[in-house]
Amino acid sequence: MALPNSEADVIAAISDAVARNERLAIMSGGSKSAVGANIDAAPLCLAGLEGVVDYDPAELVLTVRPGTRLQDIETLLASERQMLAFEPFDHGPIFGKAAGAATIGGVVAAGAAGSRRLSAGGARDHVLGLRAVSGRAETFVAGAKVVKNVTGYDLPKLAANSWGRLFAITELTLKVLPRPEMATTVALSGLDAGKAVEMMAQAMGSQADVAAAAHQPSSPGKPALTCLRLEGFAPSVAARSRLVEALLVPLGPVTLLDDDTAKAFWSDMQTLSPLASDAPLWRINVPPSASAPLVGALEAEGGQWLLDWAGGLIWLAFDGDPDRVRAAAAAAGGHAMLMRGSAGLRSTVPVFHPPVPAVAALEERVRRAFDPAGVFETGRF
Amino acid sequence: MRMPAADSRTLARRSEIVAALRAIVPGEGVIDDPAELRPYESDGLTAYRQLPMVVVLPETTAQVSAILAWCHANEVKVVPRGAGTSLSGGALPLEDAVLLGLGKFNRVLEIDYADRIAVVQPGVTNLAVTRAVEDRGFYYAPDPSSQIACTIGGNVAENSGGVHCLKYGLTTNNVLACEIVLMDGEVLRIGGRHLDPAGLDLLGVVVGSEGLLGVVTEVTVRILPRPETARALLIGFGSVEGAGQCVADIIAAGIIPAGMEMMDRPAIHAAEAFVQVGYPLDVEALLIVELDGPAAECDHLVVEVERIAFANGAVSVRTSVDEAERIAFWAGRKAAFPAVGRLSPDYYCMDGTIPRRRLPEVLERIRALSRQYGLEVANVFHAGDGNLHPLILYDANIPGQLEQAEAFGNDILRLCVEVGGVLTGEHGVGVEKRDLMPEMFSEDDLKQQQRLKCAFDAKSLLNPGKVFPQLHRCAELGRMHVRRGATPFPDLPRF
Repeated sequence: MALPNSEADVIAAISDAVARNERLAIMSGGSKSAVGANIDAAPLCLAGLEGVVDYDPAELVLTVRPGTRLQDIETLLASERQMLAFEPFDHGPIFGKAAGAATIGGVVAAGAAGSRRLSAGGARDHVLGLRAVSGRAETFVAGAKVVKNVTGYDLPKLAANSWGRLFAITELTLKVLPRPEMATTVALSGLDAGKAVEMMAQAMGSQADVAAAAHQPSSPGKPALTCLRLEGFAPSVAARSRLVEALLVPLGPVTLLDDDTAKAFWSDMQTLSPLASDAPLWRINVPPSASAPLVGALEAEGGQWLLDWAGGLIWLAFDGDPDRVRAAAAAAGGHAMLMRGSAGLRSTVPVFHPPVPAVAALEERVRRAFDPAGVFETGRF
Repeated sequence: MRMPAADSRTLARRSEIVAALRAIVPGEGVIDDPAELRPYESDGLTAYRQLPMVVVLPETTAQVSAILAWCHANEVKVVPRGAGTSLSGGALPLEDAVLLGLGKFNRVLEIDYADRIAVVQPGVTNLAVTRAVEDRGFYYAPDPSSQIACTIGGNVAENSGGVHCLKYGLTTNNVLACEIVLMDGEVLRIGGRHLDPAGLDLLGVVVGSEGLLGVVTEVTVRILPRPETARALLIGFGSVEGAGQCVADIIAAGIIPAGMEMMDRPAIHAAEAFVQVGYPLDVEALLIVELDGPAAECDHLVVEVERIAFANGAVSVRTSVDEAERIAFWAGRKAAFPAVGRLSPDYYCMDGTIPRRRLPEVLERIRALSRQYGLEVANVFHAGDGNLHPLILYDANIPGQLEQAEAFGNDILRLCVEVGGVLTGEHGVGVEKRDLMPEMFSEDDLKQQQRLKCAFDAKSLLNPGKVFPQLHRCAELGRMHVRRGATPFPDLPRF
């Protein structure tokens, strides 16, 4: 394993691998190492590139090295009453590991965004700039360290969801935002998926400025719960709670969750603890209005699910035919990613929903633009 | 401005090219009469003009695909164009290129209120998207100042912003999907009616690519419920430092206003003389802070912002009590460009971004440059996100003044980069800032960007001469070191 401590070390490791016709698997905290096919490429671990380079709260800009732990960044930002608005989270618990290992480089490379992604954008929307080393073992910078910039191609967007297939990030500049003064969660219980998605669409289309909207179906001893999170200054949250309550009253009794219940609900949307931990796990992105029929069909075949992003994100634990999941996602106008599965399943089913040939060819050319020799083509994806 | 040399072989084939385009787009969709080409000779950067070889105005994606495929096969350059409002020369024609106008792609195709999206053709204007959804209480958030004329296709190409983008994002944060046609005629759909792509975020690089990667033929955007109310504060300061600190303190208090605009003394005086909305004339800086959301939120934050303003030495604070007054506060700011235009026969609008904390120093150095060049300058500033628009006053009829204004502008942009900012916050690089790119990026940085271009347009036929100061052949950029005669990883496909 290569464990560089500097950008120069990263350059040396990549250049060495290219010279020896070896491939490198970029990683850092290892919280998502169980995603994708097992591979025998040497890890290029960026955990040693660690620490905050610059943080100026008034400019809303944070520059960090990729191996910096997510929880350290969140602590730092919280001390200035700020946050990463895309609500990044640690994938460790999804894979039965303790939380705490996730690093910002991995979070960005995986495009990991939580429930607030619905209103605040994803990791892609908060990466302002980067330094990276390409598969040519050359350093380049792209984007900038200010919040508004259109100079040159927006290469930093490619970092999110790249999963280490394009370049090794050596420095990231992120947009940060003020942390809301308070949050409250308005809930309706007992809705089925169809009604829940309708309710969330209605709330999202209102002036309540909903930060997050998610639904957990009923389980033994627990009724279904549909939750809307409202965030901001106290007088505003109070006014918007009243607005939402008035809107939802025709659908059933509306409750305000107490803090502990609310915290547990939103935490469940990240750890996915309500879902069977031994079944293959799918992350399905669809137009929100298409999610209810999809989960209805797959539940009938034994699937367990949660809905986030007002229905636009489905977490599905499902032991059945992978082709069935992919076909259902495609028919709904979306795509399905295999997030977790046995080694056997991961060796035969690709992580990402296969794109149409023309898009696959363009993605391939884009990867070659950063990595001509394919040093980051490990076969994992 | 040095543009790529016109290819004499292409120029010699003009009538053949026109005929080929007519075979694809019948009737009046192909323009080759010099008088009719005249309206296309420049965009919003009117200092540069060039008649296109021919203009083609397709109406369908199939036609766009056929045009590009033919041009690709025949090595003919293509310049795409929306409404032609670019301030950086992004749609400047080339003598030996086909100008591809998307103006006939002007239909709103679908609105889905449940999923809160609109599917539109690229020639639909920015404001028309809002007009199409406002009766249901929705709007499209990015609001570039040219929104009555500029098109969504152009917004995608330039990643357009607007005064509300600190809170609501740029175009890139509000687009979900595009249909694009590559230079070889291939039609692709990237993104979808959902969040996050299945693979690489290709949409993320297409937005803001200034028409160099593909021609957008359909766009899916997010629409938002219009906030319940909006209120604005008009705050005067005796110093730029006080206004700058007020902005920083508002953000430090956890407030992200819908808009936060600053004007310096010359801009205030020009605007007030033009529209007479009651701007204070005895201040060095004027701040407009707009808050939107529920009335309860606006009422709460207005008090907070007033408190912060006075704590930073504000000498006048007015808070809008109704919609008419809010609009009046904005009227001066929105008229700032034409107001400055009345002071001088010509003005040149710059567009750098700086870290906000450097504002007082940057304005001081701009004043010094103003004295050095002997040209007046007025500054308007998207204060929330640090995007500075110095307006340089000059007279193009005085020999040498245009060149002086451009040299002054270039010095301002170098200054923006020097203090940690960028060459362009929202207008794009185009031809205007092309030759300044090395101020911000190394040769390796620019080569890496051009390699991305090669992945989309290997022959570099789409909008050449824009963005990059030096054109490299893709074969040269893609050159790899081959060791002992063997290409690494022979199993991988190469494109």
